[in-house]
Amino acid sequence: MIDPTRESLPNEVDGVEVKMQTSGLDVFYGEKQALERVDLEIGANEVTALIGPSGCGKSTYLRCLNRMNDVVPGCRVEGRVTLDGEDIYDSKLDVVKLRARVGMVFQKPNPFPKSIYENVAYGPRIHGSVQDKSALDDLVRRSLRKAGLLEEVEARLDEPGTSLSGGQQQRLCIARAIAVSPEVILMDEPCSALDPIATARVEELIDELREQFTIVIVTHSMQQAARVSQKTAFFHLGSLVEHGETEKIFTNPSEQRTQDYITGRFG
Amino acid sequence: MSEDVGAARTPSEAMDRRLRSRYRAERRFRIYGQAAIGFALSALVLLLGSISYEATSAFTQHEVELEVTLDAEVIDPFGERDRQDLRRADYASLLRTSLRELFPEVRQRRAVRSLSSLLSVGAEFELQRFVLENPDAIGTTRSFSLPVSDDADLFLKGLIDEEVVEGDRKVSDAEMTWLTRLDESGRIHRRFNTRFFTSGDSREAELAGIQGAIRGSFFTLIVTLLLSFPVGVAAALYLEEFAPRSRLTDLIEVNINNLAAVPSIVFGLLGLAVFLNFLGMPRSAPLVGGVVLALMTLPTIIIAGRSALQAVPPSIREAALAVGASPTQAVLHHVLPQALPGILTGTIIGMARALGETAPLLMIGMVAFIVDLPQGPRDPSTVLPVQIYLWSEAPERAFAAKTSAAILVLLAFLVSMNAAAVWVRGRFENRT
Repeated sequence: MIDPTRESLPNEVDGVEVKMQTSGLDVFYGEKQALERVDLEIGANEVTALIGPSGCGKSTYLRCLNRMNDVVPGCRVEGRVTLDGEDIYDSKLDVVKLRARVGMVFQKPNPFPKSIYENVAYGPRIHGSVQDKSALDDLVRRSLRKAGLLEEVEARLDEPGTSLSGGQQQRLCIARAIAVSPEVILMDEPCSALDPIATARVEELIDELREQFTIVIVTHSMQQAARVSQKTAFFHLGSLVEHGETEKIFTNPSEQRTQDYITGRFG
Repeated sequence: MSEDVGAARTPSEAMDRRLRSRYRAERRFRIYGQAAIGFALSALVLLLGSISYEATSAFTQHEVELEVTLDAEVIDPFGERDRQDLRRADYASLLRTSLRELFPEVRQRRAVRSLSSLLSVGAEFELQRFVLENPDAIGTTRSFSLPVSDDADLFLKGLIDEEVVEGDRKVSDAEMTWLTRLDESGRIHRRFNTRFFTSGDSREAELAGIQGAIRGSFFTLIVTLLLSFPVGVAAALYLEEFAPRSRLTDLIEVNINNLAAVPSIVFGLLGLAVFLNFLGMPRSAPLVGGVVLALMTLPTIIIAGRSALQAVPPSIREAALAVGASPTQAVLHHVLPQALPGILTGTIIGMARALGETAPLLMIGMVAFIVDLPQGPRDPSTVLPVQIYLWSEAPERAFAAKTSAAILVLLAFLVSMNAAAVWVRGRFENRT
């Protein structure tokens, strides 16, 4: 599992600093292999889109990046995943700290059944990252503003988060994720349950968030990948087929399978 | 081809017939359902109606107003006001004197005894209590409202058939005349039977009350709740949220499901063998009853708790873990509050079952005849369903009404517990 070449791993690719990196990543669900030898670098302050047909392993890959697969029974991860050069599967690493650094937004909006305020305040509170009530208030409002939600909910922070519309709920989940000031945000098809207008808002938001966070997004929509991402990785049948600049993948892919997928011939 | 499709679309005679028979089947099915509900409802109404009808006479009690002279010669012959003397005094003779003043024609000893038997034994105790509380009243004549005996009470309630031959009747002709005369002179009053709710069990039907059993049930249920709720919730949480899937957890799960189906008397035998004989805990005590019922209720709470936890969407857990909550925090902060209404409902239903349980308590001696009101979970006592069982076996006729009344009290408790379950569920669901 220890890669002899790890000292020489590049910490820069195409002039962009590498934030996360996987090398030789294998994932098994019981006997079934879901990912096979995936080598991928994720650049800092970039949006990396993971595309591919259903069941190709892109969500599995995403969930390796903050060890959410740990809670899946029978799931086994082999290979090396690093965050700033540190192995996140190292036994010395605290998974709670990792998840504070690598946040996640899920496919279906999943606010806690608590107030809007509590939804955002929960993360900072359990990590003890704020000293007092006024600092927490401040952080909650800042996070909601960054998620582009503050104006809509300012007057009703005490109302349950579940009373918001689907798009608002998803932005609330993004606010909740950024309230713990992560370095990386993983998004698992964040717009698949949203209407086109809400989707457009979330996409805009992703573009703004890129300045502060590194974003990895799984998406089924090729257009979305083309719109929001700088890098794109195409997965098929558990392996990484091709990755690179989004523009290049969409206009001039080097693999036939990528070409077929993005032109809609399969998938 | 197109002709065929068109033909199929035209409603034919056969189709119409089929449609009509389908509607008929629909109506029939609905009628079956309504009939089933009607049957269940009428059975319930019949049951409740007959019990309530039987019970009504137990909620009132006839009392007779008597002027009793608290003769100092009888109560306190030495004039020392010694409480021992006051307690031991012959109050029955005071009552006898007072009754004989009303019926001077009664002279024979047997007739006098029969006359005094119209009053409850409890009348003496009421006099005794009054004198002990007010020793200054000795020597005066006062009016007392005293309970009549259970048979006299039945007669006054019109529950004794006067047509029956005197020898087969509980109340003799003479007694009937005396009671009628007392009634006509306005000395007899029908009062609400508070004694039924405030006193413990008694051999005398007119004095027997349900307070002892209510307290016993209360202490038993407290012990059951305090033991089974935390243990049950902890077990459900661990099994559902933390335990690794393995042969062992499967085995535990199967065993819990089996335990839920074990006849309750088996738990009573276990309590007898382990708690009484091996650990030497007190017999007939709500403490032991509570522990036994807790063992019986545990599987119910664990199963209800697990299904409530399963019903919490996994996305909530993921959301909590993704912001960096530890598994315990995710469960305690988010999953458990969501599952709580379900867990509480299961618990209350389990407690309601424990409240109605009789068999295991018979095994650990909670079936004893206990007059004193229990003051704590270590005092010997009985519980409501066992009290019902005891009264239903009593030979005196007046206990039949008591039995029904006790059943009503038990049902009232059960209904209020189930209502509480509904209320709790509604409240928690509204909150989220």
